[in-house]
This record gives sequence, structure tokens and C-alpha cells, in this order.
Amino acid sequence: MTVIDHHDATAPIRLSIGGMSCAGCVANVEKALRAVPGVTAAAVNFAEHTALVQGSVAAAQLEQAVIDAGYQATELAGADAEAEKEAAELGHYHLLLRRALVAGAVGVPLFVGSLLGMLPVLSISSGRMFWAVIGVLTLVVMVYSGRQFFTGAYKSFFAHNANMDTLIAMGTGAAWLYSMVVVINPALVPSLAQHAYFEAAVIIIALINFGSALEMRARSHTSEAIKRLIGLQPKLARVVRNGEEVDVAIDDIGLDETVRVRPGERIAVDGVVLDGQANVDESMLTGEPIPVEKHAGSDVVGGTINITGTFLYQVSRIGKQTLLAQIVEMIRQAQSSKPAIGRMADRVSSVFVPVVMIVAVLTLLLWLHLWSDVSYGIVTMMTVLIIACPCALGLATPMSIMVGVGKAAEYGVLIRNGEALEQSGRLTTVVLDKTGTVTKGKPVVSQVFNFGEWTEQQVLRFAAAVEVGSEHPLAAAILMAYQRSFEGLHAGESVSGTDLPALQSFESTSGYGIHAHIEGHTVVLGNQRLMELHKIDCSAVEDLVPELADQACTPLLLAIDQGLAGIIAITDPIKEDSIAAIQRMYALGLKVVMITGDHRVTANAVAAQVGIKDVFAEVLPQHKVDCVTRLQQAGDVVAMVGDGINDAPALAGSDVGFAIGGGTDIAIHSADVTLMRDSLHGVVDALLISRATLTNIRQNLFGAFIYNAVGIPLAAGLFYPLLGVLLNPMFAGAAMAMSSLTVVTNANRLRLFKVPAYK
Amino acid sequence: MDGVMGIMLLVDILGLGIVIFIVWWFWFYKSRAAIQKSDAAPVEITVADNVYHPARLALPSGQPIVLRFIRRDPASCAAQVQFASLAISAELPLDQPVDIRLPSLAPGEYSFNCQMNMYHGTLVIT
Repeated sequence: MTVIDHHDATAPIRLSIGGMSCAGCVANVEKALRAVPGVTAAAVNFAEHTALVQGSVAAAQLEQAVIDAGYQATELAGADAEAEKEAAELGHYHLLLRRALVAGAVGVPLFVGSLLGMLPVLSISSGRMFWAVIGVLTLVVMVYSGRQFFTGAYKSFFAHNANMDTLIAMGTGAAWLYSMVVVINPALVPSLAQHAYFEAAVIIIALINFGSALEMRARSHTSEAIKRLIGLQPKLARVVRNGEEVDVAIDDIGLDETVRVRPGERIAVDGVVLDGQANVDESMLTGEPIPVEKHAGSDVVGGTINITGTFLYQVSRIGKQTLLAQIVEMIRQAQSSKPAIGRMADRVSSVFVPVVMIVAVLTLLLWLHLWSDVSYGIVTMMTVLIIACPCALGLATPMSIMVGVGKAAEYGVLIRNGEALEQSGRLTTVVLDKTGTVTKGKPVVSQVFNFGEWTEQQVLRFAAAVEVGSEHPLAAAILMAYQRSFEGLHAGESVSGTDLPALQSFESTSGYGIHAHIEGHTVVLGNQRLMELHKIDCSAVEDLVPELADQACTPLLLAIDQGLAGIIAITDPIKEDSIAAIQRMYALGLKVVMITGDHRVTANAVAAQVGIKDVFAEVLPQHKVDCVTRLQQAGDVVAMVGDGINDAPALAGSDVGFAIGGGTDIAIHSADVTLMRDSLHGVVDALLISRATLTNIRQNLFGAFIYNAVGIPLAAGLFYPLLGVLLNPMFAGAAMAMSSLTVVTNANRLRLFKVPAYK
Repeated sequence: MDGVMGIMLLVDILGLGIVIFIVWWFWFYKSRAAIQKSDAAPVEITVADNVYHPARLALPSGQPIVLRFIRRDPASCAAQVQFASLAISAELPLDQPVDIRLPSLAPGEYSFNCQMNMYHGTLVIT
């Protein structure tokens, strides 16, 4: 098991550091901090003049250590990681813009001047002097605006790595060096090749900085889903302490504390309602637009909004344990995973830069041989280095995944990783578990038939008396029906056990039912076979029992003193939107299969009601996975949709396991896709978003491959003999800067994706 | 003319040499692991100037490993580290240590890289 630990177990201490003047000071301060006993890690941010220290240590000790080292230190309270990240990104964005501006300010006038023929020529000494000064000036600009490319290239080189910086540094470096050679000693190159390319070097640097800045901006939008979710959690909550309600910072709320929520307020952390009633908008987490009613005993989730009513709740989960925090973490993990579709691009990008370097060298040699032109050879080599863009390849998949996973979260669909997203987009078959997936999973009494002298309520009363201690779902339905048979009883109230007659004897026969003695009566409650066993005449209901089964009801027969007293028909109601969602699945061309352990008659009845044509009935839970495997063997890409608890093996065995009505830890951690909303529409939404994301990835990959496949030969001058076209290295710089930006912008287009409206 | 031919030959040999050097340097060169450890203390890896430092680590098999990443590089490429073969990835906030705990691994090479596959590192389990 892997743990990604951001040191949250013990909160890190942030210090503001004063007196640092150079990068050397960073090392001194870090050394001083790390020497303090208990410190496990210390990192100084020179740009912000702050230090982040991890370990079991007091802030005062750290401050003293920094002061002893000759600097000042003060503890900064309330670190907000996301705000810090944004501030750092904004700072870097401005730096990139400044670098672009400085390089552009020098490069553009030079470019315009040479275009208009206003600049001195190299053939005269005063001209060479002018260009020498320009050479020094552009060197200064390159050091300021392009330093990061050169240091990056240098460090990468000695780590046996090559990346985009390597290409830019080599391209612009070659341009500057060649120009300087021409300026200092023109005789070294043929007269026709005596050109200086200083302006190209700085304009390329300007363009790439500018492109990076824009790309950074566009990138920040791709993680908006996370920001939106993090923003859901309020900073304060009204906690009841010592009988008084006080505002407490969210990090200071403890488990089991009592919190008051008023209308319009956001719920701070997860808990269970103790007192009060309210309607809570959970749409931000589940995508379910209708507010959910909450009363004593209901679970409430941090980040959701209380629309009406006031209530008190007891805190059950805080910090990283809250559902919101788990969702955020899952999305983060999913956003950083890669599906198989991106592996090809990964393989290419890992060898891309050295290949481009080789192509650049060969281009130079080819030009020297074919046209004996050093200048053009240098220009084409430089253009090849500059135009090649490994970043577009590298970005193509992750950017779309970032946006796609975030988009799914907006619809209450949590996708575990890129692989799950990719498979969701390729599904051909959806297997739906019946109970709790197609149906509500909470059986209710749909009809009560009474015979002889017994009334409907008496039938329910005896049945309830027999079932009162049972945990069987049918028992709960009977008890609920008995409760409801009393007028004026509200939801949440219950009939106490004393209202029901006590059992004098009790005998349960598994698979059949119960035989008991109550108030001097012999009571038998169960299926028809149990009645036959007790020789109870059921001829009067011979037709009714199969009729009920055809309606997807489970008939429970009740006999009192050897005479049939009633039939209680129990059904598991179909979810309101199951039919519409299943129609959407068929409309998308999917094969829909229902799987259940129920009797074939009941299963077929439910399937008919929701419009499902294929049914696997009487399947034991442990055999559901075999059905999934059979479908897979037939060539289907299969999704299994279940509650994530009873059908875990089938979820795991399918190509994509969907846990419906999630929000439970088990579901979030086990399923490939967790549907926060208790609706099958989530399956369709997930599929549509996945398909859109895959299309977006394909567009990006196609664009990135085509860009490089066309750009590099064009830059190498391959089309020169045919068309007489040679690419200007500055255009190559612009194209390169724009290529990554295009990929990020295309991925951002996914943010606008909307699942088509449905009824 | 012979002089020009001679220069061209020299340039070709030089060019070919550079190509061979590129192939060897970036693909075939196996650097010695910069870090060799036998205890279970965290191994610190700095992400700065386009590289992981150290980029090659040698650690013994049969014990859990803690890799502590500290990202100094503001470039957005550096914001994430991935161990593709282990299906592990982590966000690396700027200047903030992030521990990645790995299970005890079988001997072999496990590469890690940034999101765009531009920063490379190798974990060698011996």
C-alpha cells in the first residue's frame, strides 16, 4: 500500500524568514532548521521568504535557531495550501511575462530594423561594431529572460536527460554563437552566409516565455473542479461548547462535538443529525438537484448547504476523513493517472528530444552537402530544434484527463483513474444489479389482503409481532406498514415493541418462514410451501399468489389457527428514474443486462417494468462475476453496476465497476467509478463524459503528432527543393509556443461539455 | 577543391560523432547510483532545474522505502511525479516536502518521471 503523505499527520510550521539576500542564505537557514532536534524536513522558499518545517518541534525553537543563524523568523499561522499554490503560480506567471517583455523589447526592434534594411551591414567594420554591441545586449537579455532554459539544459545534460529546455537552449545558443562568430571573424564563413541571428534568438525566447505564461494560465483552469470542491468547506462552524454556541475554526472542531446549522449555512464537517429537521442541498457532491430531507439520525455531509430548517448534529468525521476530503483526494489521484491511450505518446516523448537533436545534426550535414550553405544549414538546424515540441505530446493526455475527471465530479461521478475513464468510454454492455440499483433496495408492503374475520390491521399486527426482532429486509417492510397503519404517525416515529403482542413461542424454518404462538393463537407466516407444510388450505388464493409474483411482488401468507388470514404483498419499488436512465443506455447503443438472485418470475417482472430485455436470474452473489466473465468472453466491454458492498467480486471482475449511491468509504475505495447520486443516470453521464474526454485526448494526440510530424520536416527544409519554402526560426518559436497552448486550450474546451438534457 | 572535400569529410565525421555521442549519452549510458542506502530513513529527492537530484537511487529490496520529494522548480511540468510501473503519482507543491511511501519492491529498475515525461529518474532496487 502506498501512502502519499503531505505531512498532514502533524501540521507543518510555516515561518516568515527575514534577512535572506541570496540563494546561499537558503541553505544556511535550512541547515539551521534541520539541526533542531525533532525536525524531519525543512524547506525554504527564497521567493516568498518563508520556510516550511515538518516534525515534532515547537515554533519558538525554530525561530531561535534561525535567529542564531543570523536571520529573523516569525511563525506564520493558518497556512492555506491552495492559496499559497495560487500565489506561487501567479508570481511565476508574472515572471514569465516580464521575461517575455524584456526579450521582446530588444528582439522586435531588431527584427523590424533588419526587415526594413535599416541596420548596418556586417561587411563594414562600423557595422560589425554595431552588431558586436547588439550581440552583447542580446546575451544580457538571454541571460535574464532565457536563463532557465540554459540552466535546465545544463543540469539535464549531466543527468543524461534532455527536454524542451535542451532544444531551446541549443537552438538559441547556436543562433547566438554563429552570429557572434560571423561578427568577430566573418572570414570564417562564406560571404553569402554572413548573417547575424541575434534577433531570432531573443524573439524565440520572448515567444516561448509568453507561451509558457499563457499555458500556465490555461492550466490553472484545468484544476477548477478541485478548487470548487475545496471552496465548499466553510472556514467556521457554530459549535456547542459548555452550553454555549461559539464560532470555531474548522480545523479545531473535534469528533463527537455538537454543531448547530442554520438556514442558508454550509455544513462544516460530516455528522449525524441529533435534533431538528431540514432540507439540505447536496447537489454539489451528488449532482442530485432536489434537496434531501434530514431529520434525527440522518447523515449530513460537510460542504452541503442547509436550505431550510435548523438542526444540531454530532460530528462523526473531520479533516482528511470527511467525505469531501476523500472525494478531493480521489479526484487528485485520478487526475494524475494516465490511461493506456497516452502510453504511445509517453514512449515517443521519452526518446523525442535526443531524436530531434540527431535530426538537427543530420539536417546541418545535409544542407552542407546539398547546398554548401553554412548559414542555411545553421538556420534549418536551429529551426528544427526550436519547432520540435515534446511538451505538446506530453500534455495531450494528462490535460484532458484533468478536465474530464473534474467534469465528471460536477455530475456526482467519481472516476478512480484514467484507466477507468478510458474503459468507460468504450463500454458496450452494462450489467445492472437489481436490488438497490434498478430498485430502491428497500422493500415496502404494496398490498395487504385479509380473509375471514381478520382485518387488514390485525394481519399486519400479527405479522409485525412475528417479525419484530428480525433483521430481514422484509421484516422492516412489515413493521413500517404496521406503523403507517396508525393514523397521525409521522416519519421517524415508531411503534414501540410493547404495542405488539409478545411471542409465546417461535420457530423459524430457513427458506420457508416462521411458526409462532401469540396471544394464544398459532401463527404461521411465510411462503406457500410453508402453508402446505402446515396443511393450511390456500385454494382460495391459488391464482392470486402467482399473479402477485408476476407483478414483481413477494407474497407472504399469514395463517392464524390453521386458517388463511391474509397475504402481505411486498415489493422492492423501482427507482423513479431507472426507466428513463435505462432508455438512455439503449439509446446510446448499449446492451443492458439485469442480474439478480431473485426468482426468474420476479426478475422478469422487474425487467419488463424497466424495459430491460436480458436478465440473469437466480444468480447467487458469488456467481455474478461468472456472468460478467461470460459477457466479456463474448467480446463485450462490460460495466457492472452495484451497491459496491454485496457485489464486490463482480465489480472487480468487470471492465468498469460502478458503485451506485456512493458516499460510503467502501464504495469510494473499491469501485472504478463511484456514483454519488443514487441514480442510474450517473452511469450514462459517466459514459458520455468519458467518451467526450477520450475524443478530446485523441484530438490532442493527433494534433501533437501531426504538429511534430509536419513541423520538423518543414523546419529541416524538406520542402525547400519542391516549394522553395524555408521556415523562419522565429515562426518556429511562435509555433512551438502555441502548440502546447493549443493542447491545453483544447483540453479546456471539455469544461464546456454538458451532458444532454434528459427527462 | 581537395581542401573543401577534406573539411566536409571532417564535418561529416564530427557530425556522425555527435550523433553517436547523443545515442550513447542519452540512451545507453548507465550512471552509477548517486545514492546508495541501506537504512529505512527517507531519501530526499530535489526537483530543480529540470532534473531530479539525485536522478538515480540504489536501495535494497525487502524493506519499505520513503522517498521525500522537494520541488524547487516553479515550472508547471515539475508539479507532479509519477511511477508508471507502480501506478503511483503525487502532486508536488512548491517548496513543500512530500513523502511517497513505497512497499518493499522486488529487485529491478523502477523509473519515475514528471507528468510530461521530461524529467526522468530511476530507482534501482538491488
